[in-house]
Amino acid sequence: MVDTRVSLAGVVLDNPIIPASGTFGFGREFSELYDISKLGSISFKGTTKDPRLGNEQPRIADCQAGMLNAVGLQNPGIGAVLMEEIPRLEKVFPKPLIANISGFSEDEFVALAEAMDKVQAVGIIEVNVSCPNVHAGGVNFASDRKETEKITRAVKAVTHKPVFVKLSPNVTDIADMAKGCEAAGADGISLINTLLGMRIDIKRRKPVLANRYGGYSGPGIFPVALRMVDQVRHAVDIPIIGMGGIATVDDVIEMIMAGASAVQIGAANLVDPWTCSRLVDELPERMEELGIESLDEIRGIA
Amino acid sequence: MKDELFTIEKNDLLCKGTYLMRLKGDTSRISGPGQFVNIKIEGLYLRRPMSIACYDFEGIDIIYKIVGKGTAEMAAMEPGDTLSCLCPLGNGFDLSQIPKHAILTGGGAGAMPIYQLAKILTDAGMAPHVVIGFNNEEEMFFAEEFKAVGCDLTIATMDGSVGVKGTVVDAMKKLKEEGKNDLAYACVCGPDPMMKAVSEITASGQYDLGGRMACGFGACMGCTIETAKGPARVCKEGPIFRQEDIIW
Ligand SMILES: Cc1cc2nc3c(=O)[nH]c(=O)nc-3n(C[C@H](O)[C@H](O)[C@H](O)COP(=O)(O)OP(=O)(O)OC[C@H]3O[C@@H](n4cnc5c(N)ncnc54)[C@H](O)[C@@H]3O)c2cc1C
Ligand SMILES: Cc1cc2nc3c(=O)[nH]c(=O)nc-3n(C[C@H](O)[C@H](O)[C@H](O)COP(=O)(O)O)c2cc1C
Ligand code: FES
Repeated sequence: MVDTRVSLAGVVLDNPIIPASGTFGFGREFSELYDISKLGSISFKGTTKDPRLGNEQPRIADCQAGMLNAVGLQNPGIGAVLMEEIPRLEKVFPKPLIANISGFSEDEFVALAEAMDKVQAVGIIEVNVSCPNVHAGGVNFASDRKETEKITRAVKAVTHKPVFVKLSPNVTDIADMAKGCEAAGADGISLINTLLGMRIDIKRRKPVLANRYGGYSGPGIFPVALRMVDQVRHAVDIPIIGMGGIATVDDVIEMIMAGASAVQIGAANLVDPWTCSRLVDELPERMEELGIESLDEIRGIA
Repeated sequence: MKDELFTIEKNDLLCKGTYLMRLKGDTSRISGPGQFVNIKIEGLYLRRPMSIACYDFEGIDIIYKIVGKGTAEMAAMEPGDTLSCLCPLGNGFDLSQIPKHAILTGGGAGAMPIYQLAKILTDAGMAPHVVIGFNNEEEMFFAEEFKAVGCDLTIATMDGSVGVKGTVVDAMKKLKEEGKNDLAYACVCGPDPMMKAVSEITASGQYDLGGRMACGFGACMGCTIETAKGPARVCKEGPIFRQEDIIW
C-alpha cells in the first residue's frame, strides 16, 4: 500500500488532489456526478466581501491548449457563502476546506479572513492577491511585493488558521514574491494563478473578451507553472500548493517532484468534470508502478 | 448529465454552410426540447455547445452552422466517428406554461429546437403557429419536415424568395394584422437581435439564449447574465428563460 497523504502546514489531507478555486464552484454541480468526499480538499470559489456579478459577456475564449477567462470574481459574497454555500458543502465534504478569499483593499482581506477564521469547516485560508487595489489606482496587489507582504501580515494577524498566499505568475521575480510572503508570516504558497492573455475575433476585428484581457489556464501553462514552483521551492521553506495546467496523474507527480506538497486542478474540471475523481483513483496505482511509497519521498526530488 | 460517447450516423449538408448531424447514443436522460450538449472536438480545448434539435430513443440530431474551427472540424467528420458529449445540459422549454395558440419561432440554425417543440405540442392537441425565418430559399431547410408536423406554418425570407418577405418579426406582425394570432405568447430560438425584436412585439414567452460557454454545467460562471431575478447561468438556470426575466 502506497501512502498518498500530504501535510499542508499541519493540515493533513488523504491525498494531494484539490480542485482549484473558480473551477469547482462550491462543489454542488460535481457532488451530483461523484462522491466528492474522496478529494484531498476543495478550494472554493473566490469569495469577496460583497456579492459580485462579475465582468460583461463574453467572459470565455478558447485557446490553443487552454482557455481564457474573465469571469471577474463572480460570487454571492461572504454573507451567502457563510450562510448557504459552506453549510451545504460541509454535508457532502466532511474534511478541511480551503477558503479562497479576494479583496479590493486591505480592510476587505482582513474582514474576510476574520470571518473565515470562525468557520470550523475551513482548514486553510488561501489569499488570492490577483485583484486590483481600489486604493492604489487599481494596481494589482499581486504585482507588488510590499503590497503582498502587507496583506499577508494583516491577514495573519486576525487568524489562527494556516494562511496560503496565492501568487500570480504575472510578475518579474516569483521567488522574490514568495520570499516576501514567507517573511510576512505566510504558512504556505499557492501558485500559479492564470497568465494574463488576449484573443482577437478577426471577423469582428475586436477582442473576444468584453474585458479585453483574461486569465490563460489549461495544459499550455503547465511548463511555466512547474518552473515557477521549482523556483519558489528553492527560495522558501514553507509548503507549496502547485497548480497550472494539471490534467493527468503524471502531471501531478511532476508537480510534486518540482516541490509541491499538494496540487490544484482548475480548467481540466471544466472540460472533463470527472478529472479530479480519476486522479484520486489513479495516483496510488501510478505510484506503485513507479515504485513510489510515499509522496514525501519524491517531493522536490528533481 | 453524463459524458456520453455518441456515434455519428450521418453528417449531411442541409444547405449552404449548415449541417445536420445525427448522433446515436443514450438519450434516456434528455427531458425535453431546448436542452443542449457540450461536444468535445479533437484538437480544441473547450467543448462546443450545441442545441439538441431533435431526439428520440436512439439518438439526437444537431443542426450547426460553420462559423469557426470547431464547427469546420465537425463538418469534416464521417459516419462511424465518435464524439464525447456532456448530455443533457440545461433546462428545456417549460411546456406547462405554453398556451394553446402560441407562436413558435426561430431563425436559421436556431430554428431547430422549435421543430421538436412543434411536434410535441401538436401531438398533445395544442395548435401552435410556427414561424421560421431564413435569408433566402437557398439557405432554407426543414420546410417539408415542418409542414409534415401539421401545425400552421409561416415561412419568412429576407429576399422574399419564399413566403413572407422580411424577418420573422415582419411575419408575426402580419399574422396579428390578419387576426390569425394575438402574439400573446412565443417560444423563440435564434440570434440575439432577432429574439430581442420578437420580445418587443409579444406579451410573454420563453427564449433560448446562447453565448460563450466553458463548462456548460454550472461550474465556472463563464456564461452568467443579469436577469430580473438576479444573476443566472445560461447553461444551468437556462438556456431557456422567461421573457419577463430577461434584461435585453
Ligand atoms: C446553449 C447553446 C446552444 C447552441 N446551439 C447551437 C446550434 O444548435 N447550432 C449552431 O450552429 N450553433 C449553436 N450554438 C453556437 C455554437 O456553440 C458556436 O457556433 C460554436 O461554439 C462555434 O465554435 P467554432 O469553434 O466553430 O467557432 P470559434 O472558432 O470558436 O469562433 C468562430 C466564430 O464563432 C463565434 N462564436 C464562437 N462561440 C460562439 C458561441 N458560443 N455562440 C455564438 N457565437 C460563437 C465567434 O464570435 C467567432 O466569430 C450554441 C451555443 C450555445 C451556448
Ligand atoms: C473560470 C476560472 C475561474 C477562476 N476563478 C478563480 C478565483 O475565483 N480565485 C482564484 O484564486 N483563482 C481562480 N482561478 C484560477 C485557478 O484557480 C488556477 O489558479 C488557474 O486556472 C491555473 O490552473 P489550471 O491551469 O489548472 O486552470 C480561476 C480559473 C478559471 C479557469
Ligand atoms: S458555462 Fe460554466 S457556468 Fe455556464
